[in-house]
Amino acid sequence: MTYNSIVLVKQVPDTANIFGDVMKPDGTVNRAKLPTIFNPEDKVALELALQVKDQYGGKVTAVTMGPPKAAELLKECLYMGADEVILVTDRKFAGADTLATSYVLNKVIEKIGNFDIIFAGRQAIDGDTAQVGPQTAEKLGLPQITYTEKILELGNGQIKVQRLIDGGHEILLSKMPVLLTVVKEASVPRPFSAKRVMAHKNNIPLQLTTEDLDVDLERCGLNGSPTKVYNIESVVLSAGEHESIEPTKEGLGQLIDKLMNDHIFG
Amino acid sequence: MDKLSHEVWVYIEIKNDAIAEVSLELLSKGRKLAEKLGGILKAVIIGDDLQKMAEQTFQYGANEAILVEHADLKQYKTMPYSRILSELVKQYQPRIILFGATFIGRDIAPRVASNTLSGLTADCTDLQISDVTYMKKEYPKLLLQIRPAFGGNIVATIITPDNPVQMATVREGVMEMSPLDVPVNGKITRIPYRAEEIDTLIQIIERHQEKCKVDLKCAPIIVAGGYGMGSKENFKLLEELADLIGGKVAGSRAAVDAGFIEHERQVGQTGVTVRPKLYIAAGISGAIQHRAGMDESNKIIAINIDPEAPIFSVCQYKILGDAMEVIPALIEAYKNKLK
Repeated sequence: MTYNSIVLVKQVPDTANIFGDVMKPDGTVNRAKLPTIFNPEDKVALELALQVKDQYGGKVTAVTMGPPKAAELLKECLYMGADEVILVTDRKFAGADTLATSYVLNKVIEKIGNFDIIFAGRQAIDGDTAQVGPQTAEKLGLPQITYTEKILELGNGQIKVQRLIDGGHEILLSKMPVLLTVVKEASVPRPFSAKRVMAHKNNIPLQLTTEDLDVDLERCGLNGSPTKVYNIESVVLSAGEHESIEPTKEGLGQLIDKLMNDHIFG
Repeated sequence: MDKLSHEVWVYIEIKNDAIAEVSLELLSKGRKLAEKLGGILKAVIIGDDLQKMAEQTFQYGANEAILVEHADLKQYKTMPYSRILSELVKQYQPRIILFGATFIGRDIAPRVASNTLSGLTADCTDLQISDVTYMKKEYPKLLLQIRPAFGGNIVATIITPDNPVQMATVREGVMEMSPLDVPVNGKITRIPYRAEEIDTLIQIIERHQEKCKVDLKCAPIIVAGGYGMGSKENFKLLEELADLIGGKVAGSRAAVDAGFIEHERQVGQTGVTVRPKLYIAAGISGAIQHRAGMDESNKIIAINIDPEAPIFSVCQYKILGDAMEVIPALIEAYKNKLK
């Protein structure tokens, strides 16, 4: 028995490496200045899909929605072992919030068809919302398992999964097809295969636009997004009211006295 | 605009057979939002044996508790819980629904939003009601959903102007819990549960839940380290200080990502929010996500070698210096005081 997977991946700004000129004077983000990376948990999701393929056989299809530049990410998916990659790109998809994104992804997944498991990272580091996976599952009418830590077993049309919960974990048995969102602890993504890099470096991924999909434009992009950004403020740091303490024996001794007087110590 | 409801709903999460603290926090906030909206507050509880919990929501200001009770609903499962809630939302069209940004809240809220085509904002740190002019249109009494974004470099205010239902998840410990002196004389509405095929696609085989080993939320003193601590080894110094002054050790996201400390001890927007009597931040630059999780601490001591570190904007005591030198000196100074 083989299993086909679809993996939802996203190219994200490297939010850990934001420096001065990335923020425009008006407080908005200059995306062009930001280095981009493979969203870390999406990469782990791809790794889990590839592990399923290694063990049981089947096909792995990676899908991303984004600007044409996101094709870079799909190449990385091919280098790791994905069989097929799809770039969903159209200006009419721009400005989508998680609801509009999940609407388009669900149309893409319906078009691909013939899948057993959909994998996605738990959340993307640029928004940290963890919403697109569950919202897509809902639109497809599929069960979901969020915070997936481990795939324990596959067979008889069912998958057994260990997931994180508050203060522990639970083991769930789900009928397939199912959508899993994956936490970073689940696995370590494999490196690129040199052979695959050679084979795919000139690959141009299949592109899907609004023309290729059965979508209602009112539900795509900014039009289809109920949430709007009303205001953005870059974080201006106020001087704050604080007292400087010298890191000397006397300075620290006085600080401890103050805290003892305030009944914080002792 | 008269068609819009003025109801604020809070999805009540159950933890160890009781209402989760975050849900009580949200009821307290929800009551204030409902007052501004000129509407009422309703608690929605799905589970089994809910009478006592329903009564508790009245103590936190709920005017009504909507219960969906059944033995099959004893434990949280994405299905049927999200299906039930989606049906309630479609039927009653509340103006606002609040969820805790917990494992459960982040599992159920997006499904309900997707089903009902509602706007959903994750991880809000503040919520307000305000009249808004957006794209030259007037929107009375919208929910302002305020959250840090983009690695904490910006604070975004999100609105859901054109949809009847505005949904948000809110981090634990962000809103203040304020029980009423006199509980509301609320009403209980029971909605029958009807099972559907999709409810049984996933079965729970087993569930292990321990009381959190590291309860940072209760610690009176927290000694937290950041990436600037340099190594896991150096965190031992923080442990020594914490042991000495009766505190617990925590870390920033960067320290967790670097493997210096385990994830359960992460303070900040994607970790725990804490309000100890004293918070010592050592080698933490203080991205807004981190500050959001600790800036309401009673007293904050910030130790950092970078005079421009944002952490200094929220501290009462600023110590400019290398944490690796300051912490041992602090330990020494404290020991001297004990003599």
